[in-house]
Amino acid sequence: MRADFWGSLAEKAAIFAIGIAAFVAALGLILFLADRAPRRGRDIAQLLVFLAPALILLTVGLVYPALRTGYLAFTDRRGDWVGLDNFVWMFTQPGTLVVLGNTLLWVLLVPAVSTIVGLAYAVFVDSAAGERLLKSLVFMPMAISFVGAGIIWRFVYEYRAEGFEQIGLLNQLLVWLGGQPQQWLIGSPLNSVFLIVVMIWIQTGFAMVLLSAAIKAVPAEQLEAARLDGAGGWQRFAHVTLPSMRGTLVVVVTTITIATLKVFDIVRAMTGGNFNTSVIANEMYTQAFNRGEFGQGSALAVVLFIMVLPIVVYNVRVLRRQRKAR
Amino acid sequence: MMGGFGAGGGAGAGASSRRVRTRLTSRWATAAAIALAVLWTVPTLGLLVSSFRPADDIRSSGWWSIFSQPRLSLENYAEVLLASGASSANLGSYFVNSLIITIPSTLFPIVLGAMAAYAIAWIPFRGASWLFVGIFALQIVPLQMTLVPLLQIFSQLLHISGSFPAVWLAHTIFGLPLVIFLLHNFISEIPGEMIEAARMDGAGHAQIFFRIVLPLAVPALASIGIFQFLWVWNDLLVALVFSGGTVDVAPLTQRLAEMVGNFGRNTHLLPAGAFVSLVVPLVVFFALQRYFVRGLLAGSTKG
Repeated sequence: MRADFWGSLAEKAAIFAIGIAAFVAALGLILFLADRAPRRGRDIAQLLVFLAPALILLTVGLVYPALRTGYLAFTDRRGDWVGLDNFVWMFTQPGTLVVLGNTLLWVLLVPAVSTIVGLAYAVFVDSAAGERLLKSLVFMPMAISFVGAGIIWRFVYEYRAEGFEQIGLLNQLLVWLGGQPQQWLIGSPLNSVFLIVVMIWIQTGFAMVLLSAAIKAVPAEQLEAARLDGAGGWQRFAHVTLPSMRGTLVVVVTTITIATLKVFDIVRAMTGGNFNTSVIANEMYTQAFNRGEFGQGSALAVVLFIMVLPIVVYNVRVLRRQRKAR
Repeated sequence: MMGGFGAGGGAGAGASSRRVRTRLTSRWATAAAIALAVLWTVPTLGLLVSSFRPADDIRSSGWWSIFSQPRLSLENYAEVLLASGASSANLGSYFVNSLIITIPSTLFPIVLGAMAAYAIAWIPFRGASWLFVGIFALQIVPLQMTLVPLLQIFSQLLHISGSFPAVWLAHTIFGLPLVIFLLHNFISEIPGEMIEAARMDGAGHAQIFFRIVLPLAVPALASIGIFQFLWVWNDLLVALVFSGGTVDVAPLTQRLAEMVGNFGRNTHLLPAGAFVSLVVPLVVFFALQRYFVRGLLAGSTKG
């Protein structure tokens, strides 16, 4: 095994080195050639060299696959055209209806709770002693993988039958308070809520950091003016701070909403989608890659896209307005 | 600043009572914040404690028992990293895979993205604005939309499915829209006179890019690099689809997800295993938090 490990390590290191070297060499060569191109076509040659690699990758790797998935959504597992069958399947099967319902629950709870808790926390720690440390602690889950977070919370929720010593904190607290231990991840629909808690745990830090920056950007003169007008702390917050944070709040809510719609790893790592906890992104993977139902998987991906679409359109409009303003 | 908390003062009859009240509010607010911070930290801390407890202890009692039976050991870490055998965790190999996946998957999209961002910002051509908006919109095509066809391209056309280059390529593609968007915002702010002056001196775009633009963009590159690094390191979905899931290519997240699937058998290994994968992002996070936050504030739509 040891020799095996070092042998495969050497092999992997070689692949790594070749990969990097090939990338640098290819890039260096085309950049060199572009600067040596004949004077007449030089600008076009250079434009192509700078843009083409990224554009080719995006076209082949994102645009074409997305269009193809759009087509696959109307085919069955053999690739034959079946019209809207996959969508009919999705909205009539009790199993997939649960999936859609769960996704809705996630999208309603995660952005709302994360944003509210994140905002409250940002206000609480603002100019408190130890502000930076307190912020780091809540922000830290952002750096952790969803899989890692899943493991952390699996241990919090772990269940042992009554009478045995509990190893999960949540059940231990319950037992200390005189209750009976619960199988948190088994009983639907509450088990979805316990998965949602994990996502909230991760996203609150994100909301908090962005909202905290927005709070600090509120002009001090405005707050001072409101104070001289006799506004109390709460009124100043509601009438001065909050309105000036509107833009950031929109960014926070939309970003968390998109992340929540695509959540996959948490469900995968904690329940595998069993016990009625699956969501669209997880079900899409299960259908396409575990069952080979590419049509049904693609249809689920299309629904995901449609749910994200209004947010994209909104963001693009904001972006274009900003670019016009410049 | 939020003037309401702790920033009392000012003249007037009610000033002193108001000052007292704000300080009280502030004290309650701080207490609430500390309570939340504890609530947020305890799950992670508990797992960290668990990872150092002997296997039998992990299986039979919670991490808080450490206060009554203070037994610590490194045996779990030794087992997950070093043990041999087909059924062992083998995380040493997966750790290497994670590194070999993550470094090129961070480097490639940033270099290619910087080039594209430079072209859109500083090489005049028709439709540049539309192209930029189009790339921004691409950012939010769900990964799920692309997986099946992209896997077909990799396996049937390029024959690289289940290899490191497949994973590098997939992450490069998925990273590009955000990288281009963020770097364009930064690179387009570089003073036009600097670029113009270099053009006057006869410099080509490649020279300007390497001599002027890249050095100036280092802070932005660092922020975005950390972001992409963490994203790739923590990714499970792309790894599952494109790595083939074997010990030869798959990253830590993939192996850990597999181990959680058999929670009962791996209970004593999972805490240590989780921290083997968490140590890199946590070190990056605490050492480079400022850059991380900056990247986050600059643009926060990804995935």
